[in-house]
Amino acid sequence: MKHKGRFGDYGGFYVPEVLIPVLEELEEAFYRFGRDEHFVADLAMLYKEYAGRPSPLYYAKRFSEHVGCKVYLKREDLLHGGAHKVNNTLGQGLLAKYMGKTKIIAETGAGQHGLATAMIGALFGMETKIFMGVIDIERQSVNVHKMKLCGAEVIGVEGGSGTLKDAINDALRYWTAHVTDTFYLFGSTCGPHPYPTIVKHFQTPIGKEARQQSLDIIGRLPDMIVACVGGGSNAIGIFSGFVDDKDVRLVGVEAGGRSVDSGRHAATLVAGRVGILHGAKAYLLQDEEGQVHDTESVSAGLDYPSVGPEHCLLKDTGRAEYVAAEDEEVLDAFSLLCKCEGILPALESAHALAWLLSQKGNLDPDQVVIVNLSGRGDKDVGIVEKHRPMSD
Amino acid sequence: MKTYKQVFSELAAQKRSALIPFFVIGDPDFDTSLDVVKAAIDAGADVLELGIAFSDPIADGPTIQKADIRAAKAGMTMAKACRFIRQVKDYRDIPIGLLMYYNLIYQYGTGKFCVDFHEAGVNSVLVADLSIDAADEITGPAASAGLDTVFMVTPVTAPERMKLIASKTTGFIYTVSVLGVTGSRDQLSDTVEGLVTQLKELTDVPVCVGFGISSPEHAAAIAAAGADGVIIGSKIVGLIEANLDNKQKMLTEIATFLTKVKTAISPS
Repeated sequence: MKHKGRFGDYGGFYVPEVLIPVLEELEEAFYRFGRDEHFVADLAMLYKEYAGRPSPLYYAKRFSEHVGCKVYLKREDLLHGGAHKVNNTLGQGLLAKYMGKTKIIAETGAGQHGLATAMIGALFGMETKIFMGVIDIERQSVNVHKMKLCGAEVIGVEGGSGTLKDAINDALRYWTAHVTDTFYLFGSTCGPHPYPTIVKHFQTPIGKEARQQSLDIIGRLPDMIVACVGGGSNAIGIFSGFVDDKDVRLVGVEAGGRSVDSGRHAATLVAGRVGILHGAKAYLLQDEEGQVHDTESVSAGLDYPSVGPEHCLLKDTGRAEYVAAEDEEVLDAFSLLCKCEGILPALESAHALAWLLSQKGNLDPDQVVIVNLSGRGDKDVGIVEKHRPMSD
Repeated sequence: MKTYKQVFSELAAQKRSALIPFFVIGDPDFDTSLDVVKAAIDAGADVLELGIAFSDPIADGPTIQKADIRAAKAGMTMAKACRFIRQVKDYRDIPIGLLMYYNLIYQYGTGKFCVDFHEAGVNSVLVADLSIDAADEITGPAASAGLDTVFMVTPVTAPERMKLIASKTTGFIYTVSVLGVTGSRDQLSDTVEGLVTQLKELTDVPVCVGFGISSPEHAAAIAAAGADGVIIGSKIVGLIEANLDNKQKMLTEIATFLTKVKTAISPS
């Protein structure tokens, strides 16, 4: 490898020897094509015409009244596929195409990355396999159908807790046996180098746009950015636009599940300890001996025991702060945004809204907050109905 | 404590490859696992390769994954693994290599791990998710503790990198016979013989071959290709799984299989 892929001491590439050549090939291709003018032009066109970028920055006036400050939503939920995930899959998919790869695999939790991969698999005419935990297949069946409609094969993963972690395990195992012809389209800013760097690169449009839109619409930079964090790709995307603006507070909201104290959660940065999983050194939810804990969250997309290495560094340096929102607060925030704005947020993104709501009373009315609304909640209607059955 | 050097030079003199069975420590429980290992030693194992169960074994196929789950459910811990190794060494002074995942070592403390497990009787450690690029995290503490290091070479490893791997290896090179994770396979990859020949030209470090070796015929072909050792894991771990309700049959089937392999890799 040309680079070490470290963020402080975090990151790196802790993988079996068999994966080294293919990661080297990926790193080389990323640094070559990432700057190539044809590649950049192709991707810009796809972002605009296929995904629907730029996404709007919307002043959520009625929601703001509930919170007690000015809340703007970065509407990644309006992108094709319903989430920010398409930014990354278009980028990596195009990279795969430039590399001459014809087969792609991906892991998925909530199904948003799986769907975004299936979409670009169809777009580029690539054979697509999506690894998904059996529990997630059950709770995100709509996305499973959508992936299949786009021509992808969805492979159910039984092992472990049947969630995102196990899907990554099996995707890595499959990749190990098919390194010579398969591109692994990793979904978050985690995993071995060069993935955290690649995924961040393709998610930076969120931050770049939000910063410019803030200057254009509000006339100044926001005071605070709030984003949910599972692996952390939407958060790193929006944070990247503001990380050098020292006065802008950056807040990442993790899945508090039942509650952090109960141990049944996925709040890695809040409650984890440094360890090594899926190729990277990062905060990790684990027992004393290093066995990885099962996680729990109402949102499949945040249900992951590790986190992107760059977030670990941002936490340690204090540049960003990381907090948790519990399932019940998240469901409240979901309902509230539906009711007062007519916008269904993904349960993942609703974590960011929930934490902001919990700050009511501590916020100045003139304070400007941008919440990254990373995805839409159509996929979650069934889960919400299960937790909060509607009375007639 | 018997060293790899002693074992591999004795075997070279007899023109024989080492028989190296792999088990997950504590699969399906501490006592049965100990009896399985003893049976393997009695059947002619020259070196033991042992795994410590991890929650997310990304380099392992379904057979070893299930063994990890059985061992973990039966309460395996690092301290118990250490005790297990001591009891094996009390039975026979046979070289033991550990094959495990980095997080367990990292949490235990890499320096302390190397000291404690070497003291218990371990000769080497192979960390499945630590390539030579990050080897410095283990080679220093291992060398200070007197623990040998083992690294993998695969069918997609470039020749220049093979040399680098050989230079960081003090135990033996673990050559992966096929692309993929651990698991029994019907056919042996046709790349493995060339890989062994290539490695033998590049280095004097012993070259052992594992992954997918499922029959005495496979083992014989590997030995004939010049490998210093034949590592058999999933096939015999599968025999544990198939006989969970009959310990005696489990022990007999494993011993019978290993005896056949031993005969197949010994000069006639």
